[in-house]
Amino acid sequence: MEPARGDTAVRDTPTIRVMTDQTLDEAERIASAGEPESVAVAIEPDEVIFDLQSLSCFYGSFRAVRDIGLRVPRNKITAIIGPSGCGKSTLLRSFNRMNDLVEGARIEGTILYHGVDLYADGVDPVEVRRRIGMVFQKPNPFPKTIYDNVAFGPRIAGYKGSMPELVEQSLRRAALWDEVKDKLGSIATSLSGGQQQRLCIARAIAVEPDVILMDEPCSALDPIATLKIEELMRELKENYTIVIVTHNMQQAARASDFTAFLSMGDDRAGYLVEMAPTQQLFTSPTNRLTEDYITGRFG
Amino acid sequence: MAAATPRQAVTTTEVVRRRLEGGRIEWRGLVFEGLLLGSLIVAFAILVTLLVTILVSGLPVLLERGLDFFTSPLAANPADAGVGQGIFGSLVLIGFVIIVAIPIGVGAAVYLEEYARDTWFTRLINTTVRNLAGVPAIVYGLLGLAFFVVIAAPLGNGGRNVYAGGLTLGVLVLPIVIITSAEALRAVPWTIREAAYGVGATRWEVVRSHVLPYAAPGIFTGTILTLARALGETAPLIVVGAIVGTFRYTAESFFDQLSGPFTGLPTIIYAWAKRPDAEFREITSAAIIVLLVALMTINAVAIYLRNRFERRW
Repeated sequence: MEPARGDTAVRDTPTIRVMTDQTLDEAERIASAGEPESVAVAIEPDEVIFDLQSLSCFYGSFRAVRDIGLRVPRNKITAIIGPSGCGKSTLLRSFNRMNDLVEGARIEGTILYHGVDLYADGVDPVEVRRRIGMVFQKPNPFPKTIYDNVAFGPRIAGYKGSMPELVEQSLRRAALWDEVKDKLGSIATSLSGGQQQRLCIARAIAVEPDVILMDEPCSALDPIATLKIEELMRELKENYTIVIVTHNMQQAARASDFTAFLSMGDDRAGYLVEMAPTQQLFTSPTNRLTEDYITGRFG
Repeated sequence: MAAATPRQAVTTTEVVRRRLEGGRIEWRGLVFEGLLLGSLIVAFAILVTLLVTILVSGLPVLLERGLDFFTSPLAANPADAGVGQGIFGSLVLIGFVIIVAIPIGVGAAVYLEEYARDTWFTRLINTTVRNLAGVPAIVYGLLGLAFFVVIAAPLGNGGRNVYAGGLTLGVLVLPIVIITSAEALRAVPWTIREAAYGVGATRWEVVRSHVLPYAAPGIFTGTILTLARALGETAPLIVVGAIVGTFRYTAESFFDQLSGPFTGLPTIIYAWAKRPDAEFREITSAAIIVLLVALMTINAVAIYLRNRFERRW
């Protein structure tokens, strides 16, 4: 994780300079204000799945994400957008404690999941990840059969029901069943990139999670495979809450219900500029920075 | 001015053609290439000379004696002497290496790669392991003499037995097993571990169901090559007390054989090579051929397995 972050940070330096040149006043105002205004989205209390309260994420002494406060609603697709290196992935990975695996990573603040502090003592990160599944940027199927890829999660979770049925159901939900039903015994890495990514989605939903986190799930896919995944996301939100990180604004506009826009301050830490229903954020953003970003003036 | 444009064009074409066709010779490049080729030829020539010399003097012995040479014990008369005891001893030694070095080495590698946090202490251990892999074999022999011979003393022959020899060789190859296993584990991409953690696997489940199985071919190949290294080592065995002459090759019980004096193929080669008689020189060559064929077979198996199971990520 860390080298990749450093890499993008270096690559993005010119972008940041352009951004601060254009919107210097605005950026400074927000940076000095600490908690930016107008980030709250009206969500019914019992519909809140994640409630982030002044969350900061650190890698060692480097603060990657600063003072995020946002709520993620149930059975909706929430998109996190923003320029590269602004900490979108870091933020997403703190939702299921995936960053625990990165040496030196830690958080400050709280993430409430159904009202439970995910980082409290005694919370088992393994159980957290079982309930909050994840799909990664690059399709990462296990070099095993298609069947075993889907069955691995339920198997270690001690699933008692009929495994073939669960595998079929998961593959159907991931809109992959028809393409692979005759070759469940083939090695998963022989599938195409788009199929591999849908297999990874099937693998994630096989453990019957509550939330699916998607970290730029289409960035390695062609446009047709991307549309398939977006279509699939809309179907999946009937049963799951989805949080997706994307740097493709069109994707956020097309596929999500809510959008959170992150930007990067002068201290290179990402912060939340605003979060709003997607329609609203893309048509009438309240923040000048958001407007500049979605109209392509920076980022 | 009007005439200038076409002439300009002609000139440009002319220049380009001259550049492309005027094949200048890159002398410095050629000299460098020649030097490289020369190094290759020298290295290859030495190897071929060595092999041919050994084959010429040893092959007739092997052809004439046949199986007898492989099964006969050591003898004062070169016409009767064989490498049976050496083969047996080397096999037992290899067995010790497999039992001692592989489980400990692979276990240490898994701990270092999958469990240990990245602290100054683990970095120190990693560096130390790398350095240990480069320590001369004779030093391990002295360690074996000071340590394993004392420990193995109650098992027979004052500790100068195959237990001490096997443990010494095991410790000798331990750093190499750790390094090759760690490399195989590191070759499993981090994204695969994330995938497994992502569906709620514990660290143990990630290691057992994914990392170890995917790294197994690499670990396997590496350890086979390590066995080849152990098979060829001579110095530490001599220091620990491998001798030529009284190995109880035909003793009644297997454990009796283990507790007595021991020898190995390289030790026999070393002992025979010291003899001045021409006949001994010939059977030395024959024994070298046996050892070389064994080493090459091991390496070939390792290469075959690597190509067969190599995984591209």
